[in-house]
Amino acid sequence: MTASSETVPKVAPAPATSLERANHGDRAFKGLLTVAALAVPILLAFLVYELWDGASLAIAQYGFGFVTSSTWDPVAEEFGAMPLIFGTLVSSLLALVIAVPLSLGVAIYLTEFAPKAIRQPVAFLIGLLAAIPSVVYGLWGIFVLIPLLRTTVFPFLRDTLGFLPLFQGPIYGPSMLAAGIILAIMVMPYIMSVGREVLLAVPNTQREAALALGATRWEAVTTAVLPYARSGIFGAVILGLGRALGETMAVTMLIGNRHEIAASLFAPGYTMAAAIANEFSEAVGDLHLSALAYVAFVLFLVTVIVNAGARLLIWRVARGSGAGSSAL
Amino acid sequence: MNRRTMRRSFSNLMVALMIGSVIVALLPLFFILLNLILKGAGSLSLDFFTKMPAPAGETGGGVAHALVGTLLIVGMAGLIGLPIGIGAGIYCAEYPGSRLTWTTRFVADVMNGTPSIVVGVFAWAWIVAQQKHFSALAGSVALALLMIPMVLRTTEEMIKLVPNSLREAALALGYPRWRTSLTVVVRATLPGILTGGLLAVARIAGETAPLLFTALGSQYLSFNLDQPMAALPLTVFTYATGPYEEWHRYAWAAALVLIMVVFILSLGARLAVRRRFTLNG
Repeated sequence: MTASSETVPKVAPAPATSLERANHGDRAFKGLLTVAALAVPILLAFLVYELWDGASLAIAQYGFGFVTSSTWDPVAEEFGAMPLIFGTLVSSLLALVIAVPLSLGVAIYLTEFAPKAIRQPVAFLIGLLAAIPSVVYGLWGIFVLIPLLRTTVFPFLRDTLGFLPLFQGPIYGPSMLAAGIILAIMVMPYIMSVGREVLLAVPNTQREAALALGATRWEAVTTAVLPYARSGIFGAVILGLGRALGETMAVTMLIGNRHEIAASLFAPGYTMAAAIANEFSEAVGDLHLSALAYVAFVLFLVTVIVNAGARLLIWRVARGSGAGSSAL
Repeated sequence: MNRRTMRRSFSNLMVALMIGSVIVALLPLFFILLNLILKGAGSLSLDFFTKMPAPAGETGGGVAHALVGTLLIVGMAGLIGLPIGIGAGIYCAEYPGSRLTWTTRFVADVMNGTPSIVVGVFAWAWIVAQQKHFSALAGSVALALLMIPMVLRTTEEMIKLVPNSLREAALALGYPRWRTSLTVVVRATLPGILTGGLLAVARIAGETAPLLFTALGSQYLSFNLDQPMAALPLTVFTYATGPYEEWHRYAWAAALVLIMVVFILSLGARLAVRRRFTLNG
């Protein structure tokens, strides 16, 4: 670029500078990308630190007993997260009980039985469920699902299964069961799509071998496909659990938000995420805020563990197919 | 009935059950969309998109403030999240052996599973608690954080699809590495990367939980990112849980608009990429 008109044209430096420029360019490029790549772990470390720091007051005050105590009284500044943890677990497990058979049924049907023409469209439609914002589920839950449950489904359950403590007691509407049902709808697309991927990763030879031995198509699924995909399917379910544990808005709008542990699924409850959503912006005392940050910290830890476990299981099927076949 | 027919009819029964599960799984989608249209479409009008909310109890008004707020908050989140996500994604794809790649990928997976409400608490502690007031920017930061792992993953996957021969050809022609990456590899996958970005934007546009105590929401039109700001999902939440009939009508209409925004963004992204690929190939 530098034009020196009168001097003899220098041959050597010109390529040197262009190489140098390339070198500088490479370094700048890599530097920029490194900054972006470094930002991700730094942000997470920062997130963990801020949560810990925010929770430190409550951690110092209650220690580990926080998760086993069940009083939550902002006025007396007495906080325990047991009902929240209970509510989170129960609503998520309810969701799994409903969603797992449905989504695995869909996943198996779509990979093994369905006509080719409808596979993509059905998977796409169920995938749309995952795109619906949580708050819209909540809105639908308040004005459509809960009236339906209160007038029809809950009385029916009480009349037929009322001998179980799960289905006894007064019917309010907003309840653990309502939250579990909406969560089931919300996690279904995740379990379905990961389950489908896992089933697609099962080699065709598995199916062919079973069919050649005279199995019906369903027997081929249960004897050859599902055992092969077992850990991956388990992973899909755990991934769904991870989603359900952290789900906030729809649950907040449907669960009734009461710090109580009740045996009945018709009774209102509370979850960790819902408590943070409801109380955080209105919390006045430092200890109240800190207790909520502690709840967030616990929720974060639980979801990290659950998700890491899920990834590990899925990874074993999806990439460890070599290991799977050598075990046969 | 012999064993064979029994086994076969059991197989058929299971298939019938699975078809039943497909129908049950599709019912909620059908009813949610149906209810949104039935209860929301009636309240949609030009006023709904252009006017401020009417005082509680009065009829009329709109959600222009929330539309503007969502646009600003999500736009800002994109400005923060997309460069980091895409940059980190390119890094992971271009330097696959490095330890930073492994760490970043692992952390992105962890972040992907982090509940959005927890990210909201983080943004609150980091920005709101320091500044001592709620701000839309804190909301954008929270949303950006939710976006990064999604964008990172799609970027990386897209770049990995580029055949190595393309990269080798560019290097053999004397292109420096950065130009190979940017003008050959990244350019070849740009539609895919942008689709990933749009899909991430579509997903965060509907997020409510991280905004609850960062952007907070507001009844007024505001363009100041340093102040509380309304957003469409927050409006749906406030109106749905409020006591007035009129609010409930508006909640349905706002939810319909929100879901149209999300669907159009994600469908548009998918269609754009499909057309692009069929044209090229």
